[in-house]
Amino acid sequence: MAGKTLYDKLWDAHLVRQNEDGSALIYIDRQILHEVTSPQAFEGLRLAGRKPWRIDANLATPDHNVPTTARAGGVDQIVDPVSRIQVKTLDSNCDDFGIVEFKMNDLRQGIVHVVGPEQGMTLPGSTVVCGDSHTSTHGAFGALAHGIGTSEVEHVLATQCLIAKKMKNMLVRVDGQLGAGVTAKDVVLHIIGVIGTAGGTGCAMEFGGSAIQSLSVEGRMTICNMSIEAGARVGMVAVDDKTIEYFRGRPFSPKGEQWDRAVEAWKDLVSDADAEFDHVVEIRAEDIKPQVTWGTSPEMVLPVDANVPNPEAEADAVKADGIRRALKYMGLSADQKITDIQLDRVFIGSCTNSRIEDLRAAAEVVKGRKVAATLKQALVVPGSGLVKEQAEKEGLDKIFIEAGLEWREPGCSMCLAMNPDKLGQGEHCASTSNRNFEGRQGFGGRTHLVSPAMAAAAAVAGHFVDVRELMNQ
Amino acid sequence: MRKFTQHTGVVAPLDRANVDTDMIIPKQFLKSIKRAGFGPNLFDELRYMDEGQPDQDCSGRPLNPDFVLNQPRYAGSSVLLARENFGCGSSREHAPWALDDYGFRAVIAPSFADIFYNNCFKNGLLPIVLNDSQVDQLFKEVEVNEGYQLTIDLERQVVVSPSGEEFAFEVDGFRRHCLLEGLDDIGLTLQNADSIKAYEERRRQEAPWLFDAIHN
Repeated sequence: MAGKTLYDKLWDAHLVRQNEDGSALIYIDRQILHEVTSPQAFEGLRLAGRKPWRIDANLATPDHNVPTTARAGGVDQIVDPVSRIQVKTLDSNCDDFGIVEFKMNDLRQGIVHVVGPEQGMTLPGSTVVCGDSHTSTHGAFGALAHGIGTSEVEHVLATQCLIAKKMKNMLVRVDGQLGAGVTAKDVVLHIIGVIGTAGGTGCAMEFGGSAIQSLSVEGRMTICNMSIEAGARVGMVAVDDKTIEYFRGRPFSPKGEQWDRAVEAWKDLVSDADAEFDHVVEIRAEDIKPQVTWGTSPEMVLPVDANVPNPEAEADAVKADGIRRALKYMGLSADQKITDIQLDRVFIGSCTNSRIEDLRAAAEVVKGRKVAATLKQALVVPGSGLVKEQAEKEGLDKIFIEAGLEWREPGCSMCLAMNPDKLGQGEHCASTSNRNFEGRQGFGGRTHLVSPAMAAAAAVAGHFVDVRELMNQ
Repeated sequence: MRKFTQHTGVVAPLDRANVDTDMIIPKQFLKSIKRAGFGPNLFDELRYMDEGQPDQDCSGRPLNPDFVLNQPRYAGSSVLLARENFGCGSSREHAPWALDDYGFRAVIAPSFADIFYNNCFKNGLLPIVLNDSQVDQLFKEVEVNEGYQLTIDLERQVVVSPSGEEFAFEVDGFRRHCLLEGLDDIGLTLQNADSIKAYEERRRQEAPWLFDAIHN
């Protein structure tokens, strides 16, 4: 019999009940809650007269709606009344049910996918869900993590389980050595470009190979974060020493004798050498250059030295139509150079790229340089209050401010523009976020997804440039 | 949950691939703390010429005449015909809520994104996968026949065209059962409370650090 994949092991360890019709009940160790996808779930619990199954499996923090400017006035000072009600609703729901919440002005507040691992709430070998598709991020630690809808948020609150069907096993192996200036973000954008936004549909996607192993855990988080943009709601990376070290001493990590036991158990969280995958994709690290998306889907991505595609060269009619539509929305012409795209704003942040290493990478590029005068705004939004504090200890805030970038309070911010940080109609943005869909960052806004280093380089130049050129100067 | 057994309705063709959930219901409407009322903002950025705001009366807003749902021939449609990877992007259940609130009962496409697909079943909305050539055929038939309707029979798992042609589709047995009976998932799961408790008992021995950890 073939060995087990990491996903097989996590699934088996959480199987409560397998039904004859193929559906199963799986146990959920951790649920993270935020203000956007939880109010209707709490309302559902109340209407049915149900209580949470376990209080201690949940952690909440507001992130999507919170302003990233000064917050001394507290929740009452959130200008948008609809956003204010949503944040207040999370606060009152957590208070009513006794769920731990890092409220807006708590130092530990931040983007759910940054906060969970930072606190040791996410742990290797755990199942983690959240009403947010980027929950795949937590798979970077050998956890089984995925986004769910609000009905399932309620289901997990009420039962600590999900009704699920086992997915297929997919392995994306990236072997070789990444070049200087090529980051985890470029790796995942390249992968999406190769397999497409539906390439992993129905699959749990494990990332492996020497290039993935060589990445820091934060880089692996960036990659798993965007597995959903490749169609896979679950992304994961096997546990190694870096994973284990990451959790040492975190607030909710196991302590003492339990830590030793946990570490022993976590060491088995790797796919067996003889495990069989339903799909395998192989990528050479040396083939990956810094990436830029030009269109309105993450698969519309190219190396920075490429030209925007021409729909006339596309044989497939549906795809050619998609290219035409994207060029029109993005205000680009066929065959133009990516480096000729002029930018209006730059956004460095989001659950994809707002951790300390991301901020360090961006700061390194802008240090001693100035943001181009043609930009309307360049924002840096740390992923959590603790990330912000660490960055300030290292003086990164001063480097950004000196260069002309704005240093903000933590939250989702311009990734999806539910708070006041948004693009104007027709504006181009170099963004370290994860989705370049039409209107994602603001009505009529035009998003280009890039790494933090590439966003920083674009901020300096006012248009896209190959960050490797700046690094050599 | 509302039952789904059989439904006949006018088909609206949305001829583009990778329709994402931001497109289905833009983020500003996600600020609502309710489940209902998203219908007027379904496909907001495609449907209207201006930028929509939450709690706005949409009756006076300028419509995009090119958008399919604004064409009189598709008024009252309840079956959406779409292309591959429909519902990709965010996990927002507001997307099926908006489709449902508008009046759609089923979406037919060659493929769906996983989370959206799953969310549909929780709301009595039926996502149906047909193959590319069948979907192509339906797009052509809708185009040339005004008032084109399809009948969806979940019991028999077929889509029936006006000419009587039948297209069989697959659906997971458990989900089909829940839709046909209008069952509440949570109630069903709680019938297995003993299994859940037994699992917890065992798991607490194996991995005690996963219990009693999150507290102030």
